[in-house]
Amino acid sequence: MKGFNAKTLEHGVALVSAIEAVSEEDAPADGFVRIRASDALWTGLAKGCAAGWHDLGALWYDDGTMHMALWQADDAAAGKAIVSLEARHGVYPSVGAHHAPAMRLERAMRDLYGINPLGLPDSRSWLDHGAWPSRPSITGKGYQFLRVDGSGLHQIPVGPVHAGIIEPGHFRFTCNGEIVARLEERLGYQHKGVEALCAGAPIAKAGKIAARISGDSTVAYSFAFARAVEAALDWEIPERAILLRGIMAELERLSHHVNDVGAVCNDASVVAILAQCALIREDILATVAGCFGHRMMMDRIVPGGTACDLDDEGAQAIRALLGRLEAAFARVVNAYDQSPSLQDRVQKTGISRPEYVRQFAAGGFIGRASGRAFDARQAFAYAPYNLVTFEVPSRTAGDVDARLWVRIEETAQSVAMIRRFLDMLEPGPIAAPPPPLHGGHGAAVTEAFRGDVFLSVRIGEEGNVAHLHARDASWFQWPLLEAAIKDNIVADFPLCNKSFNCSYSGHDL
Amino acid sequence: MASPIQSFMAQGAQMFLVLLVAPAVAGITRKVKARLTRRQGPPVVQCYRDLLKLIRKDSVLAGNASWFFRTAPYLIFAFTWVAAALVPTFASGLMFNWAADVVALIALIGAARALLALAAMDVGTSFGGIGSSREMMIASLAEPASMLVMLTVALAAGTTRLPEVAQFLISQPLEIRVSFALAFVALVMVAIAENARIPVDNPATHLELTMVHEAMVLEYSGRHLAMIEAASYLKLVLYFSLVICLFVPFGMAPLHGEPIAWAIGLAAYLTKLTLAAMALGVWEVSIAKMRVFRVSEFLGSAFIFSFLAILLAFLSREVLR
Repeated sequence: MKGFNAKTLEHGVALVSAIEAVSEEDAPADGFVRIRASDALWTGLAKGCAAGWHDLGALWYDDGTMHMALWQADDAAAGKAIVSLEARHGVYPSVGAHHAPAMRLERAMRDLYGINPLGLPDSRSWLDHGAWPSRPSITGKGYQFLRVDGSGLHQIPVGPVHAGIIEPGHFRFTCNGEIVARLEERLGYQHKGVEALCAGAPIAKAGKIAARISGDSTVAYSFAFARAVEAALDWEIPERAILLRGIMAELERLSHHVNDVGAVCNDASVVAILAQCALIREDILATVAGCFGHRMMMDRIVPGGTACDLDDEGAQAIRALLGRLEAAFARVVNAYDQSPSLQDRVQKTGISRPEYVRQFAAGGFIGRASGRAFDARQAFAYAPYNLVTFEVPSRTAGDVDARLWVRIEETAQSVAMIRRFLDMLEPGPIAAPPPPLHGGHGAAVTEAFRGDVFLSVRIGEEGNVAHLHARDASWFQWPLLEAAIKDNIVADFPLCNKSFNCSYSGHDL
Repeated sequence: MASPIQSFMAQGAQMFLVLLVAPAVAGITRKVKARLTRRQGPPVVQCYRDLLKLIRKDSVLAGNASWFFRTAPYLIFAFTWVAAALVPTFASGLMFNWAADVVALIALIGAARALLALAAMDVGTSFGGIGSSREMMIASLAEPASMLVMLTVALAAGTTRLPEVAQFLISQPLEIRVSFALAFVALVMVAIAENARIPVDNPATHLELTMVHEAMVLEYSGRHLAMIEAASYLKLVLYFSLVICLFVPFGMAPLHGEPIAWAIGLAAYLTKLTLAAMALGVWEVSIAKMRVFRVSEFLGSAFIFSFLAILLAFLSREVLR
């Protein structure tokens, strides 16, 4: 590999130097520099992740090749890249062996495609529970939880079926009395074969599947899918569609942030705040349904533009909604802040340590509550966020309270942004006709309410989606929950879990 | 002089009265909470319907459940019912007056709790164990405080029999006693903890890991669950009645009362019970549930209040003498 000697590769390679070493080509439409790596450069970049020089964005397998998305969170201008490595004979050097956040990604790819990471210390399955009808399990049945040694320890298995109406996931607590010594998660119960369903699907169908990967982030997923496809096909979209997409994405964020504030308070048994937040959220959803014809705005963003327009009446309705929301939410925030019994529960509970947040490149309110002020909207400034200026609220406490405050402050930013987008809205078309179909690949990062969603598409020559990979923000947030609950009491877990609010469905693919 | 038949009938009436009103009291609290959070809420009679439904349903038992697991609900119900029937509600001239002793009352409640904690551990689930251990921690802190509260009032009245205590208090001129005020606060705090209400426990939660009482009864279903639910409704009425009997007994029919006095006593009792149920609902929506380990501070302060109460009661008695 030109530009690198053996010693550099041994100590790890920084993303910047890897990008510099690539011969100057046309800038790719999606901004991701494509790097074809040797085994040594691959491992060197993995070590660079471990050294904290760049973040691991995603890791996936497609048609005989392993891909890894990398970027630099603190200096996104330094570039982002997709590094590819040919997996000969179904094996490749493990990234997880050097950089722990990759371990679950590699286990998932091994389950899905039988591709073996050499040197990965964890040989257990992840998504595959030995119950897939189409083929026998690659890694076999039976699952060993990690051993915890010590006197006086006992285990509490929770889930996958919970007492509330939530998604399935298993939590194995090892406790000493009420104190949690270790929590280990077991996920994959929501696996629905997203990548297999998308393989060979027409773009419209793949878009519908992408919108359903995690229902609460349906706008963000559709947005990411549309941008990835547009990058792959060099599809220009009209200005009005760009602004409408921004309005929808921010309305989705508002509805979930408000909902989360209520839900966290409810887990501390303050039903009054939940009731208020539920009313505000219902107001948002009802207004959205009136404007866009769907309460969650599912399938409203499509490649080429948007599927529906916003008339003047709708714009007025959204402006009126924002006014009501600001007044009502301010009262909720005041109630939250002025309640000592509630503050006693949320402060210093479930602290997520900044070094873990940096290592795992955790996005969303989890990262921003622990001092990692990364927001894909600002770092990558994708349209329409290049048109407005906004702040990325962050805190350093890293506890439940900080995660709620990041949400609360973000709602104010979202409200301001929606107003700006509405002001900028000019009459015009909302979708561009598709260009002649051809093969290509594209990737996109969008900021969903819980963090950055990465989505990569490869389009075959016949114009169908050949491969789709989506990496939810939760992939890098779930492991932090395990660390955050350590040394807390068991009874505080629901509160921490709700403040993380990770996606099961988005993670289980 | 009340005839034995009359006092027997009054005692019988009281036994069924507490059983009859208990689900409604829980229903009123739920309704108030729902209305305060802008929900319609289930009707007040929903608790009766739930009990009926549970009684009709089959009971599902764990494969390794022993005879104890099956018997405990009935014993818990019986103990709690007897305890609730002993506290004078509308009249004090009852047949089992001689048994309505505060020490006996605390023993009955303690026995019911011990049975539930043991039954929760019987099938060996981790939640049963968590619930039992938390319940025992709470009980070990609540029992001394409740004992001291009872003794404070008993010291003033010169007897540990509840009907006589109530009679003594009615006969006294209305005045605020510091020791009684402290004892009242302590008893309310103990009652909240004993009945698994917010902020100590949340009866409406679905979060397994935060449960105390609910964690213990997770494995119960059908008629067994009906017994336990009924017992918890009765326990709430018991504590309300206790607070009413010890601190606001006014209107209660005297030892040798006429039927008209009984009617007044009944009306007064039901009014006070309704007000207490509503107050509980208001209290529960206005506060967050506390961390498990804060319960020791909460009940510790209840103990200090009750200790101060008995100290003041004792000192003032010495001064008067």
